[in-house]
Amino acid sequence: MDAILLQILNGLDKGGAYALIALGLTIIFGTLGVVNFAHGALFMLGAFCAVSIKAVLGLQKVTLSETETTAWGTPLEITQPYVEVWFGDLGATILDYSVPVSILIAIPVMLLIGIIMERGLIRYFYKRPHAEQILVTFGLAIVLQEIIKSIFGANPIPQPAPDSMKGMIDFGVAIGFDAGNVVYPVWRLVYFLFSLFVIGLVFAFIQFTTFGMVVRAGMADRETVGLLGIDIDRRFTIVFGIAAIVAGLAGVMYTPILSPDYHMGMDFLVLSFVVVVVGGMGSLGGAVLAGFMLGILQSFASMNEVKDILPGIDQIIIYLIAVAVLLLRPRGLMGRKGVMEG
Amino acid sequence: MRFLGMNRSDWLLFIGFAVVTLAGPIIFSPIGAGYPDLLQKFAIYGIFALGFNILFGLTGYLSFGHAAFLGVGSYTAVWTFKLLTMNPIPAIIFATIVGGLFSAVIGFISLRRTGIYFSILTLAFAQMCYNLAYSVLTPITNGETGLQLTQGDPRVLDVAFGRDYGAVLPSSDLFGIDMTGYPGFYFCGVMLIICFFITLRIFRSPFGMMLRAVKSNQNRMNYTGLNTRPYALTAFIISGMFAGLAGGLLAVTDPLAGAERMQWTASGEVVLMTILGGAGTLLGPVIGAGVIKYFENIFSAFNETILMQAYSALPEGLQHFMVTLSSLFVGEGWHLTLGALFMLIVIFLPGGLMEGLRRLRNLFTKSSGGQGPGNSAETAHSATPA
Repeated sequence: MDAILLQILNGLDKGGAYALIALGLTIIFGTLGVVNFAHGALFMLGAFCAVSIKAVLGLQKVTLSETETTAWGTPLEITQPYVEVWFGDLGATILDYSVPVSILIAIPVMLLIGIIMERGLIRYFYKRPHAEQILVTFGLAIVLQEIIKSIFGANPIPQPAPDSMKGMIDFGVAIGFDAGNVVYPVWRLVYFLFSLFVIGLVFAFIQFTTFGMVVRAGMADRETVGLLGIDIDRRFTIVFGIAAIVAGLAGVMYTPILSPDYHMGMDFLVLSFVVVVVGGMGSLGGAVLAGFMLGILQSFASMNEVKDILPGIDQIIIYLIAVAVLLLRPRGLMGRKGVMEG
Repeated sequence: MRFLGMNRSDWLLFIGFAVVTLAGPIIFSPIGAGYPDLLQKFAIYGIFALGFNILFGLTGYLSFGHAAFLGVGSYTAVWTFKLLTMNPIPAIIFATIVGGLFSAVIGFISLRRTGIYFSILTLAFAQMCYNLAYSVLTPITNGETGLQLTQGDPRVLDVAFGRDYGAVLPSSDLFGIDMTGYPGFYFCGVMLIICFFITLRIFRSPFGMMLRAVKSNQNRMNYTGLNTRPYALTAFIISGMFAGLAGGLLAVTDPLAGAERMQWTASGEVVLMTILGGAGTLLGPVIGAGVIKYFENIFSAFNETILMQAYSALPEGLQHFMVTLSSLFVGEGWHLTLGALFMLIVIFLPGGLMEGLRRLRNLFTKSSGGQGPGNSAETAHSATPA
């Protein structure tokens, strides 16, 4: 029982990342009708937002000590990050919480990137066939990935979680298991809650605001909304920006779990696409559900007991499920009837 | 022997193609590509792209998993070397057959869906092959190290015919002709010519016409009471066999097979080759493959010293700036150039280089309607990709 619980917990953070990326993909596909292969790159850009902000925050002021000297007799260099010099203890806290702090800066940055991408490239592809959309965004993903590689290098750059969230939490005790059976890193729990929070925000935004209503109407029938005198193009640009923010935030918060490197976007992209297809093209709820479901299934498949029976299953479980779903229920788990049933 | 459907210009095209391929070492030497290692790559990836084009160019099904067949072909060929003989002919026969078998299974399942779902299914299968090759199938694929020849290989047929390679690692040889250098290229080149001929025949056959019909309107085909799936599946298998053959040839020229050949970025590369040259055209994919492999070779060889020399005429500050800027795109950054090229082609020239050539020709001759019957059918399809 506790082993099962542990696997479910283990799947939640990865599932959260899948769900967030898949949510953005679905929003873009549902509103703009564009298959965006560069969405994984947005996830990666978000992660590198966190990396660069950490680097900027960590800029150090070098002063020469007047009293102490090194072994060579030269004055000892004392380094101190500027934020600490300026803000004292608050600065130290900011530096410690660099990953959560990055969110504040990542939101406008990702919005800007999203809008530039949509205005500069994607909008010319609304009327082009899906194959060409896939190809051009695939090319864009390669370009973004290589630019990041040339700036940050090819090696993963570890990002620490804040000190207070580095530990493990004994989850089992809280619900009546023996101590030490279900221990779980705090940051993964934080990530899961964060992803739920973002998903909730997106749903509330689409469900309860006027803007969201227009977007939903646009998803249902774009032309009619345009005929009603609503500038649907501008709304859709913002929608693309929002999807970029969601992917970017997923990337920012994921950095303590997986040290970001330039090809993390590609790795997640393929899986997120599978998630979208399993959940149902154009269904937001389906994307979230399938994201968590596949994350949890993947963590179950990597249990040793399962691997003994079916070796290698952990590597391919997601793809197997995708194949099964596509063949048995082509519109996906929660896909609407008639949307991209090919 | 009569070949129906091939008119005189087709024969001329074929003969021209064969002559250019065989004279490759002379023709390509002025641009610095006249050496066998690179020419082999031209030929092998040309075969790969030709096969991919039979599927994507004719039927419009965009597969994102073709590298899997290439990888499978490589593994098969290396195993043939290890178990049977170092002669390349059995190796490429088995590679083609196994590539065909794999594509039959994957195609049978994937072709139940169309459009983006088909792309995702093929991608899923290719990723499965890749992941399995790295993990569970390590006894067959040798995991990350890659499958290599060893001195202890049985090589049953070689032993039976009394061939002994002594204490060195053998390289593949065709009845005593070593498959490295120019003989290796000519082996691949002849294969390319054969494959080109097969492709030409398919393009001009009723079967090819049927595939084009699948691309332009599959629903209408179904309404007329015709089951299109067998045709699409046949095209898929043929392209899988081409990919298997290409993988086998890769192993012939360098008896080593690794799982990274099956990664989905490798599948993306063959898509790029086909698109760059012109999907649905006869020559396009081969040209695309050649252009990409050529520039990959040139661009990856660049480093800062060479760049410094190239910009030496400029003032020093500008020189440094240009070197920094260009070094983004060359050497390690070659993939950036590739990605940017990919985008530019899809945005501005969806018909590929062949489309560009046609536009240029139209510009000069100013005769828009005066094309041969075979030619116009070809270009009409390249202008409207599915």
